[in-house]
Amino acid sequence: MTLVYYAIQQTVNALSIGSLYALMAVGLAMVFSILRLINFAHGDLMMVAAYLAAFALFANLPLGLAVVLIIIGTVIVGLLMERIAYRPIRGAPDVATLLTSLAVGQILQNGMLLTTRFLGQPIQIAFPTPDVLNGVVAFGSITVPRLNVVSLVIGLIALVSLSFFVTRTVPGLSMRAAAEDLTAAQLMGININRVIALAFAIGSGLAAIAGLLFAVQAGQINPYMGFTPVLKAFIAAVIGGFGSIAGAVVGGFVLGALEVILTALPGIGDILPPGMVSPSTQALLQQWLPSSLTGYRDAFVFAALILMLLFRPNGILGQPNREEMR
Amino acid sequence: MLKIADLHVYYGSIRALNGISFQVNEGELVALIGSNGAGKSTTLKTISGLLRPRQGIVLYEDADITRTAPDRIVALGISHCPEGRRIFGGLTVRENLRLGAVQRRQGADMAADMDWVLSLFPILKERLSQSGGTLSGGEQQMLAIGRALMSRPKLLLLDEPSLGLAPLVVEHIFQIIRQLKQQGKTILLVEQNVHQALDAADRVYVIETGQITLTGTPDELKHNPQVEQSYLGR
Ligand SMILES: Nc1ncnc2c1ncn2[C@@H]1O[C@H](COP(=O)(O)OP(=O)(O)OP(=O)(O)O)[C@@H](O)[C@H]1O
Ligand SMILES: [Mg+2]
Repeated sequence: MTLVYYAIQQTVNALSIGSLYALMAVGLAMVFSILRLINFAHGDLMMVAAYLAAFALFANLPLGLAVVLIIIGTVIVGLLMERIAYRPIRGAPDVATLLTSLAVGQILQNGMLLTTRFLGQPIQIAFPTPDVLNGVVAFGSITVPRLNVVSLVIGLIALVSLSFFVTRTVPGLSMRAAAEDLTAAQLMGININRVIALAFAIGSGLAAIAGLLFAVQAGQINPYMGFTPVLKAFIAAVIGGFGSIAGAVVGGFVLGALEVILTALPGIGDILPPGMVSPSTQALLQQWLPSSLTGYRDAFVFAALILMLLFRPNGILGQPNREEMR
Repeated sequence: MLKIADLHVYYGSIRALNGISFQVNEGELVALIGSNGAGKSTTLKTISGLLRPRQGIVLYEDADITRTAPDRIVALGISHCPEGRRIFGGLTVRENLRLGAVQRRQGADMAADMDWVLSLFPILKERLSQSGGTLSGGEQQMLAIGRALMSRPKLLLLDEPSLGLAPLVVEHIFQIIRQLKQQGKTILLVEQNVHQALDAADRVYVIETGQITLTGTPDELKHNPQVEQSYLGR
């Protein structure tokens, strides 16, 4: 029974991590699809959200109000970023936009560093996790951390709403049109400044949710915390098919599953119940999948990414070659 | 209705238009002909606001729209059906048509316009749920024109609607263009298919390396030795 228990727990774990990656990857993909801009400062929006959350919770604001303020605050930062940094260089070469996004990231990180210093806080602060996100949820005899369940549910709600928005509303349709052909979209009468701002706003809102959940998971926050998530989100988006929103979602969940499998498999020989596999197999597992391999998880993830790029450069949902279809 | 005066347009340091002036009156079908690279598409892009001229002015219904944003220009009643169709291949035919009317509210009016466009191009009715990229070249051109009509333009800019199409399809497209004119649309047509353009147009301008070199009625131009030699291949 422990194995089933273990498997279910790990599945929920994978789905909740996956939905965090998906929330982040979607924001990257939306902006990229319209502007061909890889916004590496997207991770720093998540960091900003985490700090806003910490400040709001330290101030003892009720959780609901705090969440609303966090989202609004992060969206404002995202919109300012677009207006001040990215709009003036629209149409510039890819290298210029990429460097700009790295610079924006630096500015946000250092701005936050200064802010914490000014407030007399250490660089790393413990995140004041709200009580509702602590503890476990019991499904019969199986218990799962409440945070994982909440991450999964919130992630799914956000992604379903997004998919409704993109497929069923006129602004969503305009966004897809702008992603396909920005010039033609302008000729339809679409105000592309508005569509681009909307993409940044939605991406920032999703990053805010991800930032809050991520901060709870990590237990502590610092100004550099956005780096790993944005890298993971980028990988997720590439795995799914860069620039496609659906691809980003699929890639996020695939990456989450991959990470959990790569974390769970090493050491599996130690936790298998006796009698489940023959002793020799168990010895083999212990020899070849020792728990010490867990530390190499990210190396395996990147290896998987390289294989992916070799064999399916356009990702899981990417069309083989868009030019050929024209 | 549309008046263009002394338009100079550059791509970076490359000059594409060198002082173009012409006008289109209400209800007219005006053709702009010229060889590759003459500046025809550049002219249309400047009218629809995609390009800003370095010098010169675009007047539409007596208002200066030289520096007006493309989406505002659509709102004023100008619709530009671009060269190469530029339909949204990943979106369905229905979505493409809906985008043509993106500034309008969903409602009975729009449904009526959709019906009207589908009656001009009945083949699109069978393709409504198909993605635009799966259509044939002719069908894509019909979709591009239909989409441009969905904004209810007063002035329609058509850039080489016959490009790369089979003769029978070209015939059909031009039939529709004539029909649109009869229904009162004002049309500025860019064409390399000079025979068809001269047959359909009320007036013609010839553009060469960024300048208007000739103008007149189709009959006048048909008997102009220069036009006969360069464009009609006689
Ligand atoms: N994006 C661009 N960048 C630089 N030069 C351009 C660009 N687009 C057009 N040109 C140049 O401007 C000039 C006019 O081009 P334009 O597209 O207006 O010609 P056209 O009359 O529409 O030709 P065609 O019949 O081939 O469509 C050409 O010399 C062309 O090379
Ligand atoms: Mg052209």
